[in-house]
Amino acid sequence: MQVAMAGINKAFGPVRVLEGVDFSVAGGEIHALMGENGAGKSTLMKILCGVYSADAGSITVDGLPVNIRSTRDAEERGIAIIHQELNLIPQLSVMENLFLGREPRRFGVIDSGRMRREAGVWLQKVGAGQIDPTREAGTLSIGQQQLVEIAKALSLNAQVLIMDEPTAALTEHEIATLFQIMADLKARGVAIVYVSHRMEEIFKICDKISVLRDGSFVGERVIAETGFDEIVKLMVGRELGERFPAREVTPGEVRLKVADLSDEGNISGIGFEVRAGEVMGVAGLMGAGRSEILKTLFGVNRATCGQIELDGKPVVPRDPGEAIAAGIGFVTEDRKSQGLVLGLSVRENATLVHLDEYARGGVVNGRAESAAVQQLIGELRIRTRDAELDVKSLSGGNQQKVVFAKWLAKPPRVLLLDEPTRGVDVGGKAEIYHIINRLAAAGTAIVMVSSELPEVLAMSDRILVMHQGRQAAIFDARTTNQEEIMTAATGGL
Amino acid sequence: MTPQQKATLQKLGPFIALMVVCVGLAFMSPDFLTVGNLMNVMRQVSINALIAFGMTLVILLGGIDLSVGSILAVSSVLTAMLMKAGYDPVLATLVGILAGALMGSVNGLIVAKGKVAPFIATLGMMTVLRGTSLVLSNGSPITGFSSDFFSTLGGGYLAGLVPVPVVWTLLMFALFWFVLKKTVFGRHVYATGGNPEAARLSGVKTDRVQIWVYTISGAMAAMAGVVLTSRLNSAQPTAGVGYELDAIAAVVLGGTSLAGGRGWIFGTLVGALLIGVLNNGLNLMGVSSFYQLIVKGAVILLAVLLDRAGKR
Ligand SMILES: Nc1ncnc2c1ncn2[C@@H]1O[C@H](COP(=O)(O)OP(=O)(O)OP(=O)(O)O)[C@@H](O)[C@H]1O
Ligand SMILES: [Mg+2]
Repeated sequence: MQVAMAGINKAFGPVRVLEGVDFSVAGGEIHALMGENGAGKSTLMKILCGVYSADAGSITVDGLPVNIRSTRDAEERGIAIIHQELNLIPQLSVMENLFLGREPRRFGVIDSGRMRREAGVWLQKVGAGQIDPTREAGTLSIGQQQLVEIAKALSLNAQVLIMDEPTAALTEHEIATLFQIMADLKARGVAIVYVSHRMEEIFKICDKISVLRDGSFVGERVIAETGFDEIVKLMVGRELGERFPAREVTPGEVRLKVADLSDEGNISGIGFEVRAGEVMGVAGLMGAGRSEILKTLFGVNRATCGQIELDGKPVVPRDPGEAIAAGIGFVTEDRKSQGLVLGLSVRENATLVHLDEYARGGVVNGRAESAAVQQLIGELRIRTRDAELDVKSLSGGNQQKVVFAKWLAKPPRVLLLDEPTRGVDVGGKAEIYHIINRLAAAGTAIVMVSSELPEVLAMSDRILVMHQGRQAAIFDARTTNQEEIMTAATGGL
Repeated sequence: MTPQQKATLQKLGPFIALMVVCVGLAFMSPDFLTVGNLMNVMRQVSINALIAFGMTLVILLGGIDLSVGSILAVSSVLTAMLMKAGYDPVLATLVGILAGALMGSVNGLIVAKGKVAPFIATLGMMTVLRGTSLVLSNGSPITGFSSDFFSTLGGGYLAGLVPVPVVWTLLMFALFWFVLKKTVFGRHVYATGGNPEAARLSGVKTDRVQIWVYTISGAMAAMAGVVLTSRLNSAQPTAGVGYELDAIAAVVLGGTSLAGGRGWIFGTLVGALLIGVLNNGLNLMGVSSFYQLIVKGAVILLAVLLDRAGKR
């Protein structure tokens, strides 16, 4: 099966998002779609699967023009998508989500026994057999939800499978399973479109790559004949500096000291120190308790035992407000549910944490606020036409930068980062790394959870590895390597 | 049409509807467009508008306050009893409004700390407080208090032209507009309503915001109660039944989303005016009150349906 899009135009109001884009993918091929944040990748894929309709252009399947007006249409033609933003209905169970709208029936009634068995099989396939199909989807971690989404797309038996940043929420382990599945699908002749900002993955599994820049198609390459630098140049339109900017910081006094920290069952016996200007990376598999450390430090989860000291003084944040008052910041993992108020503007989101900085007697000084937001937008190169736009109209990576911006108005003493570059493009990542370095240079102690091992290795001074809620090891980032970290993360030490 | 233009048009939708209805009524009834009648309409609207302002905050939080009618009654009865017992009318009025705030704060505590759904919490309070107003007043209206100050609150005129309740309403409108648009608290209301989890993780004390908002809603209901009592020159323990529905209708007509996080106070003012003008116009045209209900309900449904359609 060969799907081709030609001359696709799409505008949202006055903003032209896609202009004359050509894109095609054939059965038995894994085709990467790359481009900077906001380049139009998700929009193009949403057109292919019937979420949006193109303003101009055509779509052909095996040379025959087709008219895809809804996701139903697309599914009937064998085109399925895993969206960039999670779309499970939190109140429904995993299996109800999996079979939403096409529940197995018997005598007109939902056959829940069969639904459960089949859900189990699909979950097993994506390496998530441990998830109970009857569990409420909202109670799953982000990574698990992502696996359910993948299982759902697979269960549609699509001939064309679009994956919009499916690995953003996954750790190495699940990613390996996913790649195996993709290889199988490819062997069976399925066409796969793969959107990702993780260069390593692209070169590992893809056959071809198409690049978008500012809504235009700039080229298609065969992976075997191209390289990292060429792709980045196509994407950004210029040479990019170093991927991981070097940091020269001499760590100062101990800023954050954690001893024997446990919470209500997710983590126990955690102890480490982070000095001013130091970056402590946290690695581990999904569910190993990485985020839970941050949540406990931030007062979201209750600590059941242990001490937290900030600059030598004990702190026990009981809620995020207290943590923030003590000088702790937290870039959360899931921007949609925890990081942003989607219905508010970029400006209102960016200043939510430190609004008091621009207010006197509870009254906001609009001019000071706008000026600060403009500065943040410039500093982080957030791509938005206007700070007054709803934050939800930004592309995924730009939304992530807004989450970051919330904490920068007033540099925190300790900054907790949970997957800080999820969904951010290469250039944006470098910008965020620069910001991390700058904060560190100004004396902030940083704790960074990340599933991207290259990022953890390059950005951290030391790396804490978690395994099943306990800390397995702390490595010096200069002397350790991926293998050593993975071994510790899987309990091999 | 760009999304911005569309959004602006949609925001102004209720206002346009109000204009259309006004023009229509002006043609149909010669009495409609007289200064006297318009002032009369505004005065009638003021009670609903005052309650609806508080309700706007509650709905912005994604909540609902069904107890406003009962709070209004308890406050009225309390104020009247105090005055009848010989207390200073200014003091009695203040105590009435404070009592409203207090009742509202109980709503807020139940919702924020007790984690009870707002619908249920305020439904319970609605019943409890209705009972309270009946108990306090022994079930009969309280009359026989007279005070110049107090009768001015609901019946007086500013400069011999603008009814005092209308002045209150406009002042409160300005205050609410300012709070929502310009203050940290207003921003926190929007953030909490839009995404409570993200707001909390950004350090917003969402519990406190909720408690304050219900407190304000209670105070506004009590204020409406003062105006009503002053105008009728008596306090009715059964006053305010069904007022919550008119207030909610005004808020929703004005374009504030019941899901929370989105809306504005100007819309609520327009919504309240729209309901008031419709009532008045139908009265002037001699439409029976039975049919009035049908028309009013149909207009609300139509407005909300149009709003939905515009959002697609
Ligand atoms: N519903 C919408 N309304 C208005 N603008 C939109 C809408 N959806 C996307 N856009 C804009 O279209 C552009 C392309 O967005 P898109 O989500 O396709 O980017 P992307 O390439 O997927 O980026 P990312 O890598 O960050 O996910 C962005 O500038 C975005 O702000
Ligand atoms: Mg995208």
